[in-house]
Amino acid sequence: MTHADQFPMVRNVGLDGMLVTFADTMTETSNRAALAFRGMMEAERPSGVIETSTSLASAYVRFDPGQLSHVECEGWLNRLLADRDWYAARLPKGRKFWRVPTVYGTDLAPQLEDAAAAAGLSASDAVERLASSRVRVLTIGFAPGQPYLGPLEPAFDIPRLKELNPMVPEGALVLAISQFVLFSGPTPTGWRHVGQTAFRCFQPERTPTFALNPGDEMQFVSITPDELDEIRTRNEDGYGGAQIEEIEA
Amino acid sequence: MSLHVLRIGPACTIQDQGRFGYTEQGLSRAGAADLMALHEGAALLGQSPQLAALEMAGMGGEFEASQDMRIALTGAPMACSIDGTPAVWNASHQLLKGQHLSLGAVSRGSYGYLHVGGGIASDPFLGSRAVHLTAKVGQVAAAGDALPVGQDDGDAGQKIAVSDRFQGGTLHVVRSFQSDLFDDATRARFEQTEFTRGPRANRMGMQLDSAGEGFAAKGQLNILSEVITPGDIQMTGTGNPFILLNECQTTGGYPRIATVLPCDLPRAAQTPAGGAIRFKFVTLEEAADLQAAFVRDLGRLPSKTEALVRNPHDISDLLSYQLISGVVSATEKGDPQ
Repeated sequence: MTHADQFPMVRNVGLDGMLVTFADTMTETSNRAALAFRGMMEAERPSGVIETSTSLASAYVRFDPGQLSHVECEGWLNRLLADRDWYAARLPKGRKFWRVPTVYGTDLAPQLEDAAAAAGLSASDAVERLASSRVRVLTIGFAPGQPYLGPLEPAFDIPRLKELNPMVPEGALVLAISQFVLFSGPTPTGWRHVGQTAFRCFQPERTPTFALNPGDEMQFVSITPDELDEIRTRNEDGYGGAQIEEIEA
Repeated sequence: MSLHVLRIGPACTIQDQGRFGYTEQGLSRAGAADLMALHEGAALLGQSPQLAALEMAGMGGEFEASQDMRIALTGAPMACSIDGTPAVWNASHQLLKGQHLSLGAVSRGSYGYLHVGGGIASDPFLGSRAVHLTAKVGQVAAAGDALPVGQDDGDAGQKIAVSDRFQGGTLHVVRSFQSDLFDDATRARFEQTEFTRGPRANRMGMQLDSAGEGFAAKGQLNILSEVITPGDIQMTGTGNPFILLNECQTTGGYPRIATVLPCDLPRAAQTPAGGAIRFKFVTLEEAADLQAAFVRDLGRLPSKTEALVRNPHDISDLLSYQLISGVVSATEKGDPQ
């Protein structure tokens, strides 16, 4: 289980996991391949599989090595890989498009100007471009219900910070490496805090507990701080004033 | 039936073995930091290790029983007494209605556990009672809480001998999918370095300190965010290692040099601040054998309990006990001669 020369590659994750990686960068095809491959792992689920998930360009399986040996698990994954061209897979059905009101910059999102400078843009130009970008939920992770969204245009391929932000609040829109993350809870982060929403990705007290699914699409529409205050007064569903549409298959 | 919390330390949470199957939605498993302590408590009470207990980080509290109940104490040893009488750690006891259980600071290790007969019967969420603080699933136990207690009818007065896992030591690790981001010299230096547990530690992870330079990977600020598993040893931007624990994120962009075996995570989590830790790389085959042995040991715990005999020196109010109960007088009327 050392590095293979070609993607897709199968590697171990600690003692009890394996990872099927379709590319070393997030692309539309590698992300779709990961989602489809995870679907097939779930459909087969041999004895000893505990759970599966996807990340940006990989599918992950956790298993009990006492029931399914590493050799057996790797053999299973290689058989699935040989079964078809996963890069040609289609996006899942039943996806939604969410348009979420967002305050860019101000003291609610204090790193907008820093991010714009890192991208070589004026603050107003950065806001205009970010607010008009339609992005996809590439994966959900790091915290419950929390989406990684992208890809954004190449200008926003800016690095993470070397030192963590001590804490940004729930509903924060943060930016790095041509992606957004929309925070589902207060979190320290190495990403720049560029926008603030009243959107709740994860609501333990409600059904559905998780708002988003991988493959959903989102746009973060620019509003003023006063408008966000107003949205917060009538945010019973936790969706922060979002408009929701079904995406035609 | 419930156990009333009169006062309590700042980081006590209800934990079981955690909830599985929500990595896809970004919810990590949570669950007891010291899985072995959870099993030891279940063995002492003769009940399922799936039941929930109270995990107490660093400091316990004072509790009052609403009814007669059984308790067990495991994990990092804490000063403990029942109505002022010292009680034995790694043992089960009767706690009578109205009696007060007092648990102080840990003397070694980090996490002590208070188990009740029938388990703590809080409302499950997605199949588990495990509090997940960073996910805002449940909250820390607080003074004034009444911890609900499940149905129970067993005996108390058992003890169990436990492995010492409360002072750090050598943790077995395997190479993982990002280990190759670190060159051979860096990995070798990592294995040769003695670390100490730093002051920053919670259920998400624990920081390690060491003398000398950090353990940086090439281009580590721009690698793709990828799946995380508890036990992963993550390097932040400055090359300082964190061991990630059961309440860790599910994905992240900082590279991981190696992964601690699940069977060594109890010892990792129990390492107190300042405790020394070293890492030893093993192959996947060796790791699978070590893990299998650990699972076998957990299964054998119920057969390792024995009756708790109180040492008379530990009984402060010895003279008040009726020590000759059941002895009959040879001269008393009604003697069956």
